[in-house]
Amino acid sequence: MDKIHYSLQLQDVTKIYSRRTIFKNINAGFHSNGIYGIAGSNGTGKSTLVKAIANIISPTSGKVHHQKNNVMIEEQHLHNEVGFLSPYFVFYEEFSAEENIDIFLKIRGIEKNSGLIDTLFDRLVLNKRRGDAVKTYSSGMKQRLKLIFALSHTPSLLILDEPTSNLDDAGKEQFYGIIKEYADKSVILVASNEKNDLALCSSVLNLEEYK
Amino acid sequence: MFKSMSALFLKDIKSELRTRYSINSLAMFIIVTISVILFSVGNEKLTPFMAGGMFWVIVFFTAMSGLSRAFVSEEERGTTMTLQLIANPDTILGGKMLYNMVLIFSMNIVTFLLYTAVFDSFIIKNPDIFFLVFSLGNIGMAVSSTIIAAIISKAGSKGTLYPVLSFPILLPLMLMLIDLTKLCMDGTTFADTQIEIFFLLCYDVLMMTASFLLFDFIWKD
Repeated sequence: MDKIHYSLQLQDVTKIYSRRTIFKNINAGFHSNGIYGIAGSNGTGKSTLVKAIANIISPTSGKVHHQKNNVMIEEQHLHNEVGFLSPYFVFYEEFSAEENIDIFLKIRGIEKNSGLIDTLFDRLVLNKRRGDAVKTYSSGMKQRLKLIFALSHTPSLLILDEPTSNLDDAGKEQFYGIIKEYADKSVILVASNEKNDLALCSSVLNLEEYK
Repeated sequence: MFKSMSALFLKDIKSELRTRYSINSLAMFIIVTISVILFSVGNEKLTPFMAGGMFWVIVFFTAMSGLSRAFVSEEERGTTMTLQLIANPDTILGGKMLYNMVLIFSMNIVTFLLYTAVFDSFIIKNPDIFFLVFSLGNIGMAVSSTIIAAIISKAGSKGTLYPVLSFPILLPLMLMLIDLTKLCMDGTTFADTQIEIFFLLCYDVLMMTASFLLFDFIWKD
């Protein structure tokens, strides 16, 4: 299979809430597979920026261009190219972990890659609990499940917002291992303040510079 | 896209069956409302026109108490972002509309059966036309309620805002439905009702088109 080339370009991206400027005129490009960081102290807009990149919110001005193999991705199809892990993401608690993943894939219209899902459940030590309702999960287990959700449709762009929050040391190492493996296949954005998270990144976009 | 819509619809049905978020409260609402009307009417006999009008009043308030859940429950549980990440806005609106249509059809069939059993004066002399009117009315109500639910789901006082916003949008539909129900109770032929039915159809098409055009702006912050 040919290697997928994903390219992300931020052009004068600005976000203003009410009268407060979160960030302004961000120009940045992520044009080859690898891990890139987004850093900044609390309130500098890391989560806001990644939401704008994932097309969950619109920037006040500026544009975010997504390209796959040099073809522009339309907004309507973007959700299937993006894998997103965020502290704000919530599962359907009445369903089991496996049901959640199955439902999401069906809504996406993507066929389930059982091998991949099984491997992820196994590596993230959730295999024994995959049939249990998500409401019985601890916060660390939910964080692991969020990574499975983010990777379940093999996205070309993986956005990880505070990826290691709520994880123990073993969990963090598992996450880092998986992230490094995917760095060869996709563009990975890590929004975090954790030094260890940012140490994975080849370059870091510091939002303090866009106030 | 229809596959994704039906997957979302099935998710909502499955979720509803597990959580009983709407079904129980809707069933109670229908039973309580019909009982209250029955007791307040007492031995008086409702005129056919009043009985027809009252039927749609029950349907309107039942819709008000149940149909907003499609989006409000997602917002309250924090799963709105989950939906934004897995589907495009058209799929989400389509799936939610489908769910609301099934919900409103089911509860209105129950309301109709109970109402017919309880009130002697509610006799439909032209059931074919009434079935058409009932179907178009339910579709119109489901479509309008879905887009209004999407608008109010992000607001603070959802409970108050929903009927306030729904009333002017659903009023023309309700007036047409009450009028057509009266004609059906009188046994009027299709030829005499076709203009009203055409307007009902236009309302449904207009609301559906406007909903799909507007939803993208409502859905994204």
